[in-house]
Amino acid sequence: MNHDTPGYRAFRYVTLTLLSVFVLAPLYVMLASSLKTLPDVQGEFTWFPSSPTFQSFIDIWHTVPLAQYFVTSLIVAVSATVLSVLVAIFASYALSRWTFPGSASFKGAVLATQMFPGILFLLPLYLLFVYADQNLGTDLVGTRTGLIVTYLTFSLPFAVWMLVGYFDTVPRDLDEAAKVDGAGPLRTLLQIIVPAATPGIVAVCIYAFMTAWGEVLFASVLTTEQTRTLAVGLQAYSTEANVYWNQVMAASLVVSLPVVAGFLLLQRFLITGFTAGAVK
Amino acid sequence: MAVISPSGTRESPGTPDTPKQSARGRRFRGRGRRWIPYAFLLPALALEVLIHFVPIVLGVAMSGLRVTQYQISHWWDAPFTGLGNFRIVLDFDGPTGKALAQSFFVTLGFTAVVLSGAWIVGMAAALALQRAFRGRGLLRTLFLVPYALPAYTAVITWRFIFQRDNGMLNHLLGQLGLIDSNPFWLIGHNAFWAECVVAIWRMWPFAFLILMAGMQAIPGEVYEASSIDGAGPWRQLQMITLPLLSSVNKVLVLVMFLHTFNDFSTPYILFGGSAPPAGDLISVHIYQSSFATWNFGLGSAMSVLLLLFLTLVSACYLALTRRTGHES
Repeated sequence: MNHDTPGYRAFRYVTLTLLSVFVLAPLYVMLASSLKTLPDVQGEFTWFPSSPTFQSFIDIWHTVPLAQYFVTSLIVAVSATVLSVLVAIFASYALSRWTFPGSASFKGAVLATQMFPGILFLLPLYLLFVYADQNLGTDLVGTRTGLIVTYLTFSLPFAVWMLVGYFDTVPRDLDEAAKVDGAGPLRTLLQIIVPAATPGIVAVCIYAFMTAWGEVLFASVLTTEQTRTLAVGLQAYSTEANVYWNQVMAASLVVSLPVVAGFLLLQRFLITGFTAGAVK
Repeated sequence: MAVISPSGTRESPGTPDTPKQSARGRRFRGRGRRWIPYAFLLPALALEVLIHFVPIVLGVAMSGLRVTQYQISHWWDAPFTGLGNFRIVLDFDGPTGKALAQSFFVTLGFTAVVLSGAWIVGMAAALALQRAFRGRGLLRTLFLVPYALPAYTAVITWRFIFQRDNGMLNHLLGQLGLIDSNPFWLIGHNAFWAECVVAIWRMWPFAFLILMAGMQAIPGEVYEASSIDGAGPWRQLQMITLPLLSSVNKVLVLVMFLHTFNDFSTPYILFGGSAPPAGDLISVHIYQSSFATWNFGLGSAMSVLLLLFLTLVSACYLALTRRTGHES
């Protein structure tokens, strides 16, 4: 297949060069600056580190409580991911295998919440948490629990939407066979459907983790000094009067790597899920 | 209730799709088992109600209360003011209303620039990667990195790039001889454009991803047939690619509109919590006017107006695109 016209080739060459530069520039700044010394990043910008060093990657753990932020973010993101995927698996099973009054409207309502801006939920949710803490004895404001509960609902709509699609592709003959063997609905789900839909579940896990790992708005309100996530901790540090940009860039690189690597490794699964709805 | 339906069809409520004629199968779809799907759905339903629906209703209710910093811990006792909050928020001669209107128009401009910018860039990339060549997979992966990057690390890096004295942008412009003295990028009118660039950088891979998938769904024979007829790439774009992408675009534009209009992370991190007027997007504006003064009543009134606006725009958009869909 080689009917590329010279015009198309020129267009391709120019577009891809410009876009590569656009995408790579911040990534390069992040990497190069993380290898610089403090005087290097405080003076006029330089394209290359004058004496490359990994010192920032060591210092950053002491300058800000990065380890503490890291642990908090990890606990919150992992808990939210596990819970959200579990809840989504059950809900998707119901929506994929049964038709019942309210199933269509549930699907619609769930998708609609995905569309509403977070700021709409923020104030009332905050006040709801205040109310629950004072009157019901819960501990939601300023704790990881409050964040976990909030984040798990953020990824839930997408997770349900995507898993229903995956479960629908698992042949119903398998359910039947399990039923003949005496399996109830729960065992059918766990032993037949979940293993068959593993790629979808993996994709949903990545999505849920990315959502929780990168969230800023709710984290900035629902956390305290002790329960800050990476998002809030690094944001606060990068807006102080005197910023050690080499360390901030090193920290950014460290916290980005796990999610970017995970996303790129599993992009095939994710892309199928992201695009399926729009293309159909 | 011995309904036997062919596999895949869905008939009576609570009936599994593939009833089996074994004893166990019958028990499965019996009357007493109708609650099964609801039991599986319950956790999701409870969470959606508690974290999404209740807050929205509560938010509307709160917009009628005078919740200020004195009532925050006992907001349920706050006095009722009817439409008092809306009167303050919509009084465009007063300071609150004026600032809200300014923020609304900034957000509209921002959305227009970012939406069209991200779409054009994403479309160009998808077209450039439409045909196979060496390195296509690598570039596609590279182009997805801005999307995979956590929002705050990406925006923090841009914040560094835009620094007046030690940032990359002013250094680059100086080297190219385009500026004499270093301008501020995060203060004053430039803040708007800085914000747009960052938002486009973060948003375009999403457009690229969706458009690329849409293009892959177009059968190759369509292009082959048209090139036999002598159509060049430009004509193919006009006659085949764009028309066949229209349903994809319909969804894409709405999703990108909602994401961009409600963008919080970009302005909040780029400007360090206090956005200059030129970059004061609506989400940050509501956030700041709520948490700076703890006047949640006014904040809720603004949120309700935002909800009304977004619902109205989405409904009009869907109605319009549906109508044009019928005509074609």
